[in-house]
Amino acid sequence: MALLEIEHLKKYFSTPRGMVHAVDDVSFTIDQGETMGLVGESGCGKSTLGRTIIHLLESTGGTIGFQGKDVTHLKKDGLKKLREDMQIIFQDPYSSLNPRLTIRDTIMEPLKLSGRFSGTAMDGEADRLMDLVGIEKRFRMSYPHELDGGRRQRVGIARAIALNPKFVVCDEPVSALDVSIQAQILNLLMDLQDQYGLTYLFVTHDLSVVRHISTNICVMYLGQMVETCPTQELFDHPMHPYTKALLSAIPTVDIHNRNQRILLKGEINSPINPKPGCRFALRCPYATEKCHEPVELHQVSPGHYCSCCRINEIKDEVRK
Amino acid sequence: MEKIKTSSAAKRSGENDKPGSLPYIWRRLKKNPGAMVGLIFVTVLFLLSFVSPFICRYDYQEIVMKSRFTLPCMEHLLGCDEVGRDILSRILYGAKYTLSIGVLSVVVSCILGVILGAVAGYFGGKIDTLIMRFLDVFQAFPNILLAIAISAVLGAGFDKVIYAIGISGIPGFARMMRANILTVRNSEFIEAATSINCSTFRIIVHHVIPNAISPLIVQVAMGIASAALSASGLSFLGFGVQAPTPEWGAMLASARGYMRDYPHMVIIPGLFIMMTVLSFNLVGDAIRDALDPKLRD
Repeated sequence: MALLEIEHLKKYFSTPRGMVHAVDDVSFTIDQGETMGLVGESGCGKSTLGRTIIHLLESTGGTIGFQGKDVTHLKKDGLKKLREDMQIIFQDPYSSLNPRLTIRDTIMEPLKLSGRFSGTAMDGEADRLMDLVGIEKRFRMSYPHELDGGRRQRVGIARAIALNPKFVVCDEPVSALDVSIQAQILNLLMDLQDQYGLTYLFVTHDLSVVRHISTNICVMYLGQMVETCPTQELFDHPMHPYTKALLSAIPTVDIHNRNQRILLKGEINSPINPKPGCRFALRCPYATEKCHEPVELHQVSPGHYCSCCRINEIKDEVRK
Repeated sequence: MEKIKTSSAAKRSGENDKPGSLPYIWRRLKKNPGAMVGLIFVTVLFLLSFVSPFICRYDYQEIVMKSRFTLPCMEHLLGCDEVGRDILSRILYGAKYTLSIGVLSVVVSCILGVILGAVAGYFGGKIDTLIMRFLDVFQAFPNILLAIAISAVLGAGFDKVIYAIGISGIPGFARMMRANILTVRNSEFIEAATSINCSTFRIIVHHVIPNAISPLIVQVAMGIASAALSASGLSFLGFGVQAPTPEWGAMLASARGYMRDYPHMVIIPGLFIMMTVLSFNLVGDAIRDALDPKLRD
């Protein structure tokens, strides 16, 4: 059953130079207990999309469906209830924790605000959460700056899962950590998913991380979704020229059998007042006149959607 | 079992105070010798200024022509001025004026400055532009010149000096509060607080202000120092507290004609002004260190 249904979601920012189309007409669904990996280069609107879904930013258009209900324009009490079900883990564990609150206070804050717990029950619950995310009890009175990045991120995770949310946006939760810690945090996230049936939207630019953790992947380019399909399918049969180029950029260790790197030429378009049509067309080696007409996501094989309008003509070429 | 152990250990060392709470600041302030010297100096001065009429041998305005220009001696510890008034009595009595002008004018600029700065920083946009451009006009003048201009309009007197110095100090506080609010409100922990259903009020009180306040406390301590200095400056120029009242700046002003022959008349009030300013600066520095959780001992 689909837990989250996003339809034609838009988020525009008004700037002195025009409207920035940070998220433009994105639609997808995430099933209960699954992980949707959201990949794309810096500035393509991945984080904005995540923040818009959990109502940290107000959407410009489109609908957000959660548990079968339209929650796009919830206010006050409804929004309060919704936020307990939708949480976020931030990228930077240094700026996401209030430097003047102890670890325990940070973890207790959502518990206090929910009003679900009495004084002593709250203490116990905070201890249980610290245990769950693997922070030793001796750190409960410590301040964030006294902890290393991995432990700080665990505190961020504890705060996010404190109220048993159903859906968590992970906004590049491991990209600020070094590789050995990344693995620990990813394992923790996967354990929590198994234990509580959490659903993740996992935002990242690291393709190896996303391959490890996601069930489905959605590729974004300049605010638009270019391709979405199950993880294995994407790595085996990338369809969109951009996805293909993105995958070819993954470094390999086998020096005898290197992938041919697809080097993109041309400038990235500006997301300010973009022209209709495929936004990748200016850099795409296969672009024709047709690409400057409005594009839509269409199904190319079961469960595999792609926005390229020439996909059938260039399919063979791309697969080579 | 473990729970009991950790909490009692924390109590024993007194480490369970929250940073930012007064006992916590005090505990750390005590470890800073410079700050303690400054604090003791100011406190003693303040107390003495109130009891001086009862403990001093001479009245601060008693004119004794035969003891004009007496150098410091056993009779008059700090000597006498040009009309034979005892300088020690005058210094102690005048401390009350200098210190209270310093404190009260900072209260004025702090309250108004923080409100203006917080409004500008939190709401941004047109309100921000309006407030800040208005304050820019104020800041275009040197502080002391602005204070002189304001007291020229308001006239001389104790309360007028407070307004003059207080108003001229507003832009500094407003600018700093705005800058702090701007840095803090874009932090991810503010977003995190929103996502766990923190109300705007709680976000401001619980997350924004504690992280924006420490430079402010320092500015208050430093501000008292510079306000005391400005007060002396205004009195020296004749805009401040008027003649028989022994404000330190006024004492300097009346003594400057005799500076070559009787330097003690200028050195002594000057020294007290310097010591007071230095003391507040030391305390301000120490409070800043005490409020920084990263400098935890």
